Amino acid sequence: MAYLTIRDLSLGYENQAILTNLDFTVDKGDYLCVVGENGSGKSTLMKTLLGLTPPIKGQIQWGDGLKINEIGYLPQQTIVQKDFPASVWEVVISGCQGRMGLSPFYKKEEKLTAERNLERMGITHLRNSSYRNLSGGQQQRVLLARALCATTKVLLLDEPVSGLDPKVTAEMYALIKQLNDEGITIIMISHDIEAAVRYATHILHIGGKVFFGTKEEYKKSDLGKFFLAQEGGGF
Amino acid sequence: MFAQLVEYLQYPFVRYAIIVGVLIALCSSLLGVTLVLKRFSFIGDGLSHVAFGALAIASVLNLSNNMLLVLPITVISAVLLLRNGQNTRIKGDAAIAMISVGALAFGYLIMNVFSTSSNLSGDVCSTLFGSTSILTLTSGQVWGCAILSVCVIAFFVLFYNKIFAVTFDENFAMATGVKAERYNLMIAVVIAVIIVLAMNLVGALLISALVVFPALSAMRIYSSFLKVTICSAVLSVICALVGILISILAGTPVGSTIVAVDVLMFGICYLCGMVRGR
Repeated sequence: MAYLTIRDLSLGYENQAILTNLDFTVDKGDYLCVVGENGSGKSTLMKTLLGLTPPIKGQIQWGDGLKINEIGYLPQQTIVQKDFPASVWEVVISGCQGRMGLSPFYKKEEKLTAERNLERMGITHLRNSSYRNLSGGQQQRVLLARALCATTKVLLLDEPVSGLDPKVTAEMYALIKQLNDEGITIIMISHDIEAAVRYATHILHIGGKVFFGTKEEYKKSDLGKFFLAQEGGGF
Repeated sequence: MFAQLVEYLQYPFVRYAIIVGVLIALCSSLLGVTLVLKRFSFIGDGLSHVAFGALAIASVLNLSNNMLLVLPITVISAVLLLRNGQNTRIKGDAAIAMISVGALAFGYLIMNVFSTSSNLSGDVCSTLFGSTSILTLTSGQVWGCAILSVCVIAFFVLFYNKIFAVTFDENFAMATGVKAERYNLMIAVVIAVIIVLAMNLVGALLISALVVFPALSAMRIYSSFLKVTICSAVLSVICALVGILISILAGTPVGSTIVAVDVLMFGICYLCGMVRGR
């Protein structure tokens, strides 16, 4: 059974549908990129998958023994976080909250998880630094480490490279790819179609026309050809 | 001056005032950090005006214990204001502004039309700027206040990590299975309780200061959530203590003296922060 099965999904706000009749599946180990223009409903799709916005119609099924509190999420940064006084450690370990239930304090297990993920993201040396004083790329690594504290299975990423310079962007993509190679399923929103085609295994293109399939199929499809030509990508 | 202070401290009512003042300052500063960071600095102001309106109704109805009316009304308003945080139709600040001035107007109106008191402007003034009632507390009231404070502090310590998660990133918390709405609701209830308690001390107009200043001062100096929280609690207690002592010695109004000390402390912290290069 697939990790995530979407059947006949319509989504939007207050019965104003942005997207209708969406069908796709995500299997274990997949790297799905959701692409589409601004306003095509990418972020709303993400929020609906996470259960933050109820769907208007249709089904979202998490399968294969995956529970809702086993999903990692890398949101876009909010204004509140820009001057939030918090150390890197405090932010990263807060990713463990989801499965702690009512237990008030972090135990050894959570601390170990947080430390492991700091190391995994190469930010152990920033442990006691203040989150608000970090560079954009470092902040993304911190938030990624937090997301990894919440999951060992699925990561949902909302425009993980927006606002980063080209070098840091490449590092970020490499990092995400590495996580995927380690067996974590990736669902990523992006409007960088070129990078999506390079790294992902599957593409979901939403907007006027909807496409879902592997990236090879996407490259051969009319929609894919059109957008890749526009981006000037030589793939 | 010291001898004078020692003499004053022998009176139980002075000791009561200091105990209650310190406890209220401590409680309000704890949640202040969260409220400031959630961009709800004005919630204290809004809710205290609601409490003022409720107090007006209670005094017109001649209730023997006006807390029975004031507390529920304030709690309900707090829940309504904080409930859906980021996704309301009327945005946070506008809703607070509406409720705040609305309640203030109705409160004064009701007091004016129905009041039987001979000293109306005195009554209004003391509810707005803090009454001398902090100097007329009975030991029962002090115990009540102490018990509520212990509850607030226990709540804060037990839910500290969850409050952090919900404050830093509500959407992430909800997406990963934290019951963010439940915690928002709890924060709302607790802040309403604190505000009703604090009305006695500094009055309806000045409560925001107790909530906001210690948190902002601490944020100038420290940059981790734990340190900011502890620092703001310590600063708040010191300011309240100093403020009450000054007001006793110099005969100034309690509420505004405490707030003045808070402002001064913010100035000092601001300079410290600049020196440390933030």
